[in-house]
Amino acid sequence: MKNGIEIRWHGRGGQGAKTAALLLADVAFKTGQNVQGFPEYGPERMGAPITAFNRISTDKIRVHSNIYHPDYVVVVDETLLESVDVTAGLKEEGAIIVNTPKAKEEILPHLKGYQGRVFTVDARKISMNTLGKNFPNSPMLAATVAVSKVMPRESFIKEMRASYEHKFAKKPEVIDGNMKALELAFDVVEKDAQG
Amino acid sequence: MAIKDRMSGNEAVAYAIRQVNPDVMPAFPITPSTEIPQMVSTYIANGEMDTEFIPVESEHSSMSATIGAEAAGARSLTATSSAGLALMWEELLLASSNRLPLVLTLVNRTLSGPININCDHSDGMGARDTGWIQIYAENNQEAYDNFIQAYPIAEDKRVHLPVMICQDGFITSHAVENIELLEDEKVKEFVGEYEPEEFLLNPGNPIAVGPYSISNYAMEAKKNQEIAMENSKEVIIEVAEKYRELSGRGFSLFEEYRTEDADYIMLIMGSAAGTAKQAVDDLREQGKKVGVLKLRVFRPFPAKEIAEALKNCKAVAIMDRCESYNGNGGPLGGEVTSALFRFKVMIEAVNYIYGLAGRDFTVSDVCGIFEELEDMIVNGTEIEQFQYIRLR
Repeated sequence: MKNGIEIRWHGRGGQGAKTAALLLADVAFKTGQNVQGFPEYGPERMGAPITAFNRISTDKIRVHSNIYHPDYVVVVDETLLESVDVTAGLKEEGAIIVNTPKAKEEILPHLKGYQGRVFTVDARKISMNTLGKNFPNSPMLAATVAVSKVMPRESFIKEMRASYEHKFAKKPEVIDGNMKALELAFDVVEKDAQG
Repeated sequence: MAIKDRMSGNEAVAYAIRQVNPDVMPAFPITPSTEIPQMVSTYIANGEMDTEFIPVESEHSSMSATIGAEAAGARSLTATSSAGLALMWEELLLASSNRLPLVLTLVNRTLSGPININCDHSDGMGARDTGWIQIYAENNQEAYDNFIQAYPIAEDKRVHLPVMICQDGFITSHAVENIELLEDEKVKEFVGEYEPEEFLLNPGNPIAVGPYSISNYAMEAKKNQEIAMENSKEVIIEVAEKYRELSGRGFSLFEEYRTEDADYIMLIMGSAAGTAKQAVDDLREQGKKVGVLKLRVFRPFPAKEIAEALKNCKAVAIMDRCESYNGNGGPLGGEVTSALFRFKVMIEAVNYIYGLAGRDFTVSDVCGIFEELEDMIVNGTEIEQFQYIRLR
């Protein structure tokens, strides 16, 4: 794979980082790309650090190893910043996106001198406001698409609605909340990028 | 028209099982193959297939029930991984010696210990002398394609042997990737109806399955089993050709990737073959003459064909995702070097152990191995003939 992007997700078991990676593969597939989304499991328990990966490309994807030089890193749980070297191998021209209520300046000291772009998204707050529960993965997924520009906002929103309508066929009441969470996270990143 | 979709390897195999719609599936869950019976039972509950699903209490029982169903005349299968396959050990031999064309979809996971859920080939390799045909997949697409070819191979009159369809645990089974699917009716037509000639539930023609055999006959039974395994090679090639006509995809015994003029070849099986191919493309851009031989069929072992494919290169890296604990190399290391010797192909052959219990294997690992082979040939550097990659 010569073209395309590689993303590494850091989360804790049960938070949906793997689901987010698989969802991203799903929507990217629907926009006509070659995709790969896969988890790396450590100990099988809730709360253990887990990693998930995405490759998205116009080329055929053949490599079946983890990603060591990602274009983007997504941190779904900020407590991992203390124990996991999240910026390891992260490309300087890429970016890191952290789920945190804190300001960027407070996060920087944990990023080991990373020189690339840093985005913070309060995914918990967005999720609580839109869904009444803490499901940080939907806002983080939207933020990742917004930062990486792996597909246009409109296509992403359209495909995610279709995906939620399928996934929550029996719970249609949660669809609007999820869509709202995606839009809000997108807004946060776009506003941040404008500076 | 191929159906473009995205699926994990487990989803792909479950989808193929739905399309084939076998008669009976007894199963017991074990990571990372659990999703396969889980998805199949969902298809059944939704009325999308009518396979008889039998939840059993162990893998010893799942293979026993699969054997019973197949002997009764029903097209049968089960799924498992790792310790589950180990618990089937005795039954694996009964399935093959009774010449039952059933199918096992194996999601490769290391055997204990230390206990670990991740991929290597120690489960499949542990069953390498049980008389089963073994076919390995690089990705979700090949897992799907291989499953569809399993019954036409197993049920062929020249074969009548069980078939194990293998894919790498998590790396393939849990990775969502693009895939092209065939329409249901095309799959059904390709696989056809199962019409066994002899089966237990046939009152007009009573037979015994698995009776005691005295020494006057038992050795001939074993030789016949060996003949069936030899015969299966041509059947596997025929079925692969037929499948290629249908789908436009697939390989027979192995895939030769950029090997025509290669000085250095990596012989590898499973998901890491894709990683190796990427490395080959990268090295070719630097003018290195390198290639990959991806083994698809491990049983029957295509010794002559492998020797023929390697005869013009200077050195081969034989990659084992399994330790044999014999002090002399892994299973592929032993069998490939024996094939080279028998067919008088006197090239350098280095055996590498990689990826045990989920240890990652990368493009740069592959490049390092090719570099080492070149150093050995060009500079005469002595290198260890049996070594580990990425050992900490």
